[in-house]
Amino acid sequence: MTRFLAWTAFLLGVLYFILPLIGMTEFSLKMRRGEYSFDAYRAVFGDPRFWETFSYSLTLAAATIVFGVLLVVPTAYWVRLKLPQARPIIEFITLLPLVIPAIVIVFGYIRLYNTSSILPLTGSALGTDILLTMGYATLALPYMYRAVDTGLRTIDVATLTEAAQSLGAGWFTILARIILPNVLVAVLSGAFLTLAIVIGEFTMAALLNRPAFGPFMQLLGANRAYEPPALAVIAFAITWGCMGLIQLVTRFSKHERAKV
Amino acid sequence: MSKFQLRRPAKRRLPLEWLGILPFVAFAMLFLVLPTMKIVVGAFQTSDGGFTLQNLIDLNTASIRSAYWTSIKLSLITALLGCAVGFAMASAVVFGGLPKRVRSPLLTFSGVASNFAGVPLAFAFIATIGPAGLITLELRDLGINLRAYGFNLLSFWGLVVTYLFFQIPLMILIIIPALDGLKREWREAADVLGATSLQYWRMVALPILFPSLLGTFALLFANAFGAVATAFALTGPQLNIVPIKLFAQIRGDVLGNPNLGYALAFGMIVITGLANVTYIVLRTRSERWLK
Repeated sequence: MTRFLAWTAFLLGVLYFILPLIGMTEFSLKMRRGEYSFDAYRAVFGDPRFWETFSYSLTLAAATIVFGVLLVVPTAYWVRLKLPQARPIIEFITLLPLVIPAIVIVFGYIRLYNTSSILPLTGSALGTDILLTMGYATLALPYMYRAVDTGLRTIDVATLTEAAQSLGAGWFTILARIILPNVLVAVLSGAFLTLAIVIGEFTMAALLNRPAFGPFMQLLGANRAYEPPALAVIAFAITWGCMGLIQLVTRFSKHERAKV
Repeated sequence: MSKFQLRRPAKRRLPLEWLGILPFVAFAMLFLVLPTMKIVVGAFQTSDGGFTLQNLIDLNTASIRSAYWTSIKLSLITALLGCAVGFAMASAVVFGGLPKRVRSPLLTFSGVASNFAGVPLAFAFIATIGPAGLITLELRDLGINLRAYGFNLLSFWGLVVTYLFFQIPLMILIIIPALDGLKREWREAADVLGATSLQYWRMVALPILFPSLLGTFALLFANAFGAVATAFALTGPQLNIVPIKLFAQIRGDVLGNPNLGYALAFGMIVITGLANVTYIVLRTRSERWLK
C-alpha cells in the first residue's frame, strides 16, 4: 500500500516534469509544416544577435565568477582563520540576496548610480557592465559563499596556514597556492552554479538595458513562434551541463581523495 | 562562552584583523545594502527630499492593492503546492521503498529544474499547454478543449502551474536531507510502543519536521514573490502582479510618481523579508534535531 502510494506520487511528479520538456522539444522541431526538422535551431544559430548576446552573457558570467572567487575565497578563509566572531554577520549578509528580490536591488542601482550621482556607473556602457557584473555577483553570493565555506570546513585552515608561514609564504602565496587548490572543487561548483544563474538572467540585464541573452530570449519570445522553444531546449541543456559539471568535479574529487 | 571571553583581549590588541573582511564589507555596502537603503529611504521621501508617509498611503489604490493581493495569493498557493508535492515525492523516495537508483537522478534533476526558471521556462510551458501546445492539441484531438474548461496558461492558474516547475524541485532539494535526518530508532521506538503509522507521523515525525517544512514554505514564498522573468515572458506586461508592476514602473514610471515606485519596492522587501525571517528562525530551530 505504501509502496503503491509512493510510486503514484513519484510517477505523477515525474510526468509533470517530463511533459514540458517533451512539449518544448516537440514544438521546437515543428517549424517546417508537416514534418520534424531542425529549422528553428538553424534560425536561432543563424541569428547574429544570438551569438552577440550569448557571448556577452558568457563574458559577464566569466567576469562574475572571477570577481566572486576573488571576493569570497579570501573573505571566507579570513573569517574561518581569524574572525570567527564575524561569522554571523557575514552569513547574514550572504543570505540577504535571497531576501531582497533582484528587481529591488537593480532598482536601487539605477537610482544610486545614475548619471547625476557621485559614482555615475550607468553613464557609460562599461560602467553599466561593471554594475551588472556586481549585480550578478550579488545574486550568486549566497551560493558561492556557501560552497566555498563548506569546502573550507573540510580542510584544516589553521594548520595549513601555519605550515605555509613557517616555510616563509606570504598571504598571497598561501591563498593562491595552498587554500585555493584545496577548495578548488567547491569553487568550481560555485562557479558553474553562477554560470547557470547568470547566462539566462533577465531582470537585471533588461532594466540596465544591456544586450544580454535573457532579454534577447524574451524579445524573440514576443515575436516568434518556433524559435523560443528551441531556445528553451538550448537553455535547459546549458543548465543541465552546469549541474552535470558540478557533479563531475565533485565525483572527481572524491575519487582523488579515495586514492590518497 | 569561555572561548569568547578568551578571545576578547586578543581582539582589542589586534583590531587590524577586521581589515581582512574590508573588501567584502565594501562590496556588500555598495551593491547590496546602500541600494536597498536608497529604496527604503525613498519610500519615505517626497520628491524634494522631505519626510512623508504619503507614498505608503498612496499604495492604497485598487490597482496596487489587487497587484499585492494577486502576488501574495500566487506565492502562497505555489509555495503550498510546491511543499506538498515536493514532500510527497521526497518521502516516496526516502521511505516509500522506491529503488535506490532513482534517488540520485531525482536530486540532480531537482538541481537543474530549480535553476531552470525565467524566460526559457515560460517558453517550455507555452509549447506544452499554451494555445497551440502539445498537450492542448492532443487533448483537443480527444475532444477536450482546455479553454472551454476555463484553463488559460496566460492567467493566474497558468502561472501557478508554471511556477511549480521550480518550486517543487527546490522543496525536494531542501527536504530530502531533513527526511534523512529522521532517525530509524524513532520509528522503531514508536512501533515498539504500539503506535500506528499515522500516529508516528502525526506525533513524532511531523512535529520534528515542522520547522523545516514551514521554513521551506517561507523560502518558496519569497522565491515566487520576487520572480519577474517567468511571468513577464509568459504574459507580457499586462498581468497585474507586484514584480511586473515594479518592472513597468522602473522602465517608464507608469505610476506617474517616482517615489510611489520606491514605496512599491519597499512593500516587496517587507513581505519577502517577513517570509525569510520566519525561514531563518525556524531553520535554526530545526537544525537542532538533525545533528
